[in-house]
Amino acid sequence: MTRALLAAFVVALTVVAPAAASEQNPTLPELERELICPTCHESLAASTSPIADRMRAFIRARIAAGDTKSEIKATLVDQFGESVLAAPPKSGFNLLAWVLPLAGIVLAAGVVGVLAYRWSRNRRPEEAAGPSANGRFHLDPEVERRLDEELARYDV
Amino acid sequence: MPGRIKIVLQAAAVLVVALLLALLGWQVFHKDKEPDLGRPAPNFTLPHLNSNEQLNLASLRGKAVVLNFWASWCGPCKDEAPLLESAWNRYKDEGVVVVGVDAQDFDVDAQRFVDRAGITYPIVRDKHGSTLGHYGVTGFPETWFIDPRGRLVGEHVAGPLTEEDLERNIKIALGEPA
Repeated sequence: MTRALLAAFVVALTVVAPAAASEQNPTLPELERELICPTCHESLAASTSPIADRMRAFIRARIAAGDTKSEIKATLVDQFGESVLAAPPKSGFNLLAWVLPLAGIVLAAGVVGVLAYRWSRNRRPEEAAGPSANGRFHLDPEVERRLDEELARYDV
Repeated sequence: MPGRIKIVLQAAAVLVVALLLALLGWQVFHKDKEPDLGRPAPNFTLPHLNSNEQLNLASLRGKAVVLNFWASWCGPCKDEAPLLESAWNRYKDEGVVVVGVDAQDFDVDAQRFVDRAGITYPIVRDKHGSTLGHYGVTGFPETWFIDPRGRLVGEHVAGPLTEEDLERNIKIALGEPA
């Protein structure tokens, strides 16, 4: 139990610590990946438009001034609107964009699980039939009849 | 699973797929298109660049409007700003208003542009670019002309204006022979 808790703590630390560091000390490349050029709608990292150059200069200046990632993004959203963000914010109506895909995956997994369970239950009676007295499996009567007919043709 | 529930679930699944397909189709085919000349100019209310006051386009009804879309990082916008300023000074007493719509820009850059160019005509900030789609603006600068009845007239000039473009279209907007 203690080991499990320790493992969970280590895993949480490896996830949370870099995120916190990124929030406090953002870099230009990571912000470029999280922002969109308002004129060409490409990632800021890929855009060569004049406004993208200006945004990069702004981000560099704000990083040098000690702004956090959230502060820089908030200023850019204020200037250009939410469409400047590569991913929608996790609040308000935009939260749906995060929740719906997860809900879809959970729902789909549930449906597949239920169908798999039902399918396996339906197959069980056939499997339960098992081999006959002579050690062989039963054939479907219709298949058995057709097989007999076919074999009869070769009887000489 | 009872037959009725199964049918309802299947119908719901088909409905969801149909809705998703409709949404996809709408996103693919629905593009903002340029408004037609002669039609009412799409209205907007936007804040002035250097104050908290709002400008409502419809409030300019009764005047001819030169509606110019620009951004500070746009090279040709720098070239045409003096033309627009000159037209504003020449025609403002004849019922013409030049309105600049600054979009996809930083406030501070826009203000610096206005100061350097000595612009005195009203400038509004469209921070989220909400008017661009309604006017079919795909780049900067672009200019529309609106008559005193609020209809789009003359030419939609996509690109830098010339003095002749301005004179001709202002006269059309005023209802004078061009």
